[in-house]
Amino acid sequence: MLTRANLFGALVFVAVAISALFLPPWLVSLATIAFANALVVLGLVILWRTGLVPFGQALFYAIGAYAVALIGRYTPIRDVFVVVLAGAVAAGVVAYVIGFLLARYREIFFAMLSLAMSMILYGILVKSEALGSTDGFHVEAGSFLGWRPQGALRNLALFWLVLGFCAIAAWVVGVYFRSVAGSMAIPMRDNEIRVEFLGLSVDRLVHLKLVISGVLAGIGGALAALAVQHVDPQMAYWTTSGGFVFVTVLAGAGSVAAAFVGSLAFELVRSIAVALLPGAWQLILGSALLLTILFLPEGLGSLYSRLRRKPAAPKEQPGGPS
Amino acid sequence: MITAFAIFSDGLVYAAYLFLVAVGLTLIFGVMKILNVTHGSFYAFGAYGAATAVGIWFDRGLSDAGGFLFMVGVAMLIGLVIGLILERGILRLVYGRDEVVIVLVTYAAFLILEDVIVLVWGPRSYPAYQPMVSAGSIDIGELTLSNYDIGLVVLAAALAVAVWWSLKYTRYGRLLTVVIFDREVAAAYGINVKVIYTVTFIIGAMLGALGGAVMAPKISVTLGIGVEVIVLAFAVVAIGGMGSIEGALIGALIVGLGRAAAVHLMPEIELFVIYAVMALVLAFRPYGLFTQPAPRKI
Repeated sequence: MLTRANLFGALVFVAVAISALFLPPWLVSLATIAFANALVVLGLVILWRTGLVPFGQALFYAIGAYAVALIGRYTPIRDVFVVVLAGAVAAGVVAYVIGFLLARYREIFFAMLSLAMSMILYGILVKSEALGSTDGFHVEAGSFLGWRPQGALRNLALFWLVLGFCAIAAWVVGVYFRSVAGSMAIPMRDNEIRVEFLGLSVDRLVHLKLVISGVLAGIGGALAALAVQHVDPQMAYWTTSGGFVFVTVLAGAGSVAAAFVGSLAFELVRSIAVALLPGAWQLILGSALLLTILFLPEGLGSLYSRLRRKPAAPKEQPGGPS
Repeated sequence: MITAFAIFSDGLVYAAYLFLVAVGLTLIFGVMKILNVTHGSFYAFGAYGAATAVGIWFDRGLSDAGGFLFMVGVAMLIGLVIGLILERGILRLVYGRDEVVIVLVTYAAFLILEDVIVLVWGPRSYPAYQPMVSAGSIDIGELTLSNYDIGLVVLAAALAVAVWWSLKYTRYGRLLTVVIFDREVAAAYGINVKVIYTVTFIIGAMLGALGGAVMAPKISVTLGIGVEVIVLAFAVVAIGGMGSIEGALIGALIVGLGRAAAVHLMPEIELFVIYAVMALVLAFRPYGLFTQPAPRKI
């Protein structure tokens, strides 16, 4: 699928990867976390397009992160590709299993049940010594196919790793959005029964969305664990999920790119706000969220598409550059 | 036997606390269909307000009983003001949007209010133990029970009866029942739904603040208490059925006794058990134990 949008997206990723060589280290570290979290947001975008808001996506995020941490602690495997894939698989399996239950729920009940699931994990993590209890534990530095960079080079390598996963995820999700299962998202939000009359099982479509978003959140959590080099139960707490939902609403469900731009913007605003107004950064974030919901119901991403579409009639469906 | 009694008494006290917190949340949901994340802030504001009031009152050495009333009064006044500001200032603008979108709006308001607390009270914690100490304690068998805890259970029970009675027998309660049943029909019959919404939200906010106020002497009032309490209240309300007062009562009893049993018998599963019960109930009765499923729209 070598469309013009894909080519453009690939060029952007390569440009970002090269520019990392010239950026200050703090910005590279910040972008590493931001893009790792963007994968979780990308998963939430998939669900948000159907009108589903899980207030417990941190479940999969924490599973991905803890998978990396536990492999590092109890086995000699250190390769980043292996551990990140293990995190993705672990989160995917959990998403698949609880998906049988969760996929039957909508609206607030979906949000609440998913919240309950993540709080169960939080409760387990906080109380079990083998899993590090409240303090969590340290995650060892990984090796990249046998190569063990140190210091600044490690940060750079990690950034490229995150970027690589992001590029693949963006492409896959772009393909998914254009597929039948993906393009049913908005009809499902409008009226599920009509979709069922088309001969599609809505529950199964939601289940698929859950597994995709779970895998993405698992990868995001695994990468975040490698970047921060620490995991703790806070990763499964509801405020973590709330943060992801926050970015999703802010970015909007319009396009794949919005998840990455939104997540980067969020991390930047947050670190600037924390530095300048340490006592009021939640106030700033809350106001931003409120204003977005009131005046830009489709998110900041819709600003861009609004501007672009003004001259000509709408050409393509949201799904946009990937 | 002694353990069983300890579980029962601890569980009852914890259930009373949970009911006080959850009743306002479930009332707002029942009438307005708003899952109100800001409820955690009402609780926190109530607790901070109460702690400040207790500080002022007991520093002057005034009478103990008056201190309790002053504490509750201050907290409920704060609840009234914040509830009014939120409903008129923000929520009014989003009525009619998706339920989930309104949850996000209240989440945004919650984030803002979290920092307002820091701006008003600063990051330090406020002790407010005086009412708890002055209430004293009694010995029952080998167990020592605080009179304050017993009062808490009585207060929760009285509140449950009062809410049930006012919904059933007062004019406002009956109007409320009509609005819960069908908003549009209620409006067509000349009920001023807007006023009902505002009043309900304010009552809910005041109940949340009351929960915070009566808990302030038992806990150390510090940052982040709202964050913890809101998920607990969600669990209680989800178990009982969102919008149902009896549901909130039963949910509070289940969670309270369940947690007390876990604390005494298997401390490792203390946190886990609450949410496991919530997930279990939602799995078999997604609308909670006490509400009927809504019909699907075509």
